[in-house]
Amino acid sequence: MSALRLAIEALSAISLRDGNRPILRRVSLAIAVGEVHGVVGESGAGKSTIAKAILGIIPSQVRVAGGRITFEGRDLLALSTNELRGILGRDIALVPQDPSTAFNPSRRIDAQMTDGLRLKRGFSAKEARMRARALLEEVQIRDPERVLNSYPHQLSGGMRQRVLIAAAFGLEPKLVIADEPTTALDVTVQKQILRLIRALQERHGTSVLFVSHDLGVVAKICDRLSVLYMGKVVEQGSTADVLAAPSNAYTKALLAANPRYDRPDSGLEPTPPEVIAALRAEIAAFDRGARQAEHG
Amino acid sequence: MIPSETLLDRAAVELQPDTELRPPSMASRLMRDRKVVCAGGFILLLIVLALGAPWIAPKDPLAQNLLLATVPPAGLPGSEPGYLLGTDGLGRDVLSRVIYGTRVSLTVAFVAAGLACLIGSLLGLAAGFLGSAIDALISRLVDVWMAFPPVLLSILLVAILGTGLHSVITAIVVIDWTRFCRVVRTETMGQAQMDYVVAARAMGFSRSAILFREIFPNVVPVLIALLTLEMGIAVVVEAILSFVGLSVSSDTPTWGGMIAEGRQIVHEAWWVLAAPLAALFATVVAFNQVGDGLARSLDPVLRR
Repeated sequence: MSALRLAIEALSAISLRDGNRPILRRVSLAIAVGEVHGVVGESGAGKSTIAKAILGIIPSQVRVAGGRITFEGRDLLALSTNELRGILGRDIALVPQDPSTAFNPSRRIDAQMTDGLRLKRGFSAKEARMRARALLEEVQIRDPERVLNSYPHQLSGGMRQRVLIAAAFGLEPKLVIADEPTTALDVTVQKQILRLIRALQERHGTSVLFVSHDLGVVAKICDRLSVLYMGKVVEQGSTADVLAAPSNAYTKALLAANPRYDRPDSGLEPTPPEVIAALRAEIAAFDRGARQAEHG
Repeated sequence: MIPSETLLDRAAVELQPDTELRPPSMASRLMRDRKVVCAGGFILLLIVLALGAPWIAPKDPLAQNLLLATVPPAGLPGSEPGYLLGTDGLGRDVLSRVIYGTRVSLTVAFVAAGLACLIGSLLGLAAGFLGSAIDALISRLVDVWMAFPPVLLSILLVAILGTGLHSVITAIVVIDWTRFCRVVRTETMGQAQMDYVVAARAMGFSRSAILFREIFPNVVPVLIALLTLEMGIAVVVEAILSFVGLSVSSDTPTWGGMIAEGRQIVHEAWWVLAAPLAALFATVVAFNQVGDGLARSLDPVLRR
């Protein structure tokens, strides 16, 4: 495996709102240069919190309780706001979850696409506009001039997500955080967007942290994946290995819960209650251990 | 792995073109809005009247002629040629006085509302964006401020500062900045929670870039609507202060002053009251309509 791009070590986070409930339980994962790492889990598993912790946009009711996020030898959690600002938008870029709310409704696409290039990459207004045009062409938008002159609400959801992807990769970052980038899209558009991300990622050699609740989506695009349950990594490994031989009962249950279009009558299997019970026992034991370590 | 070129080609084939949409320019959108055109035209007319009053007004607004007192408007029995809207109790030309009255009204509308808007929005942006201690401080100040009865406060202020245009403007600004502060603060806080603001933070943009590129443009439509509303309010407040004799000195014609004079002789000469009242009414309606139209056309989602 080549050099590491991002290493998350024992990242813990708690919710200050409901009695310091743990949100992340010593999560560790590593992303190599040019690798796509998927984080899968049901809603509330803490997937997005990992993404937000890297980007320094943790909501005020959540606190990072421990761990390190090392990006190119620097711990992002230990940086000052200004130091982090220097890295964000240059070396790390975000593809937001919902393309319908990720744009400022009162500014044209060109203004929003060129912001990053101008503020973060030092392009002149004219250079940035030309670059934005080229980027839109790269994500297969046929009429880039028209799109650049449009307001966000004049574009379709798939189109907007393409623009967001173009904007993120256009900054030539070393790491792209894709926080459920296909969740808000319908299935046919989803497929195109996944292909697009993979193609751009390969062309630019970018590392990607891909957050999703959909194991099927992650399986298509990711080299490695981590399965998260209640903020704890229950399975980690290369996508091929995990899909072929999942070691954790929960992963198996997740795989069984994926629709099989080749066998429409097979039905979907809900996660068996004994699997949930075992997971919860495991997490309770982990929390006891964590408390003992804290007090002992 | 399939080569990325092939993947991109395939993606291209799948892409559906969007429907053709070219946003019309803001000016052309406004010109199509009949309400805005009428109301805006009326305000333009007022501005021309205010600036050109000495040339446009048919008579000297202060020249008295007791032999021609309470002459009715043209077309009514007993009217005199040259006095289109009649004369008041001192024989002064009502039309000329209404025309000269636009000067004070418009000055107050633009200067007082503009200053109140500037001060209120700056404090509102600071409170809504910086939050915590600054927000608490500004918000408590607004709460306390708004607890004073506005008319009383303005009369008190003018009494302390002395009469005159400066005092009227100061009084309106001092009282009405809170309106802007409240609305802008709430709007700013709402915007700061939006996904695109969070996305801008994740891009590592500076606070000022986020405030002026992401948040402020979305506050502007509300601000414009509020500003024009405030212009209407300022015109009315000035008229009230003139009515009670606390505005500019009585040798400057004002609509409020004319209403006060007209009220005393309303049974003999109703037009002395009706003319400035109609001007006041139309002006307030025009400001509100223009504000409404501007807010609509500035909001990219509402327009179309």
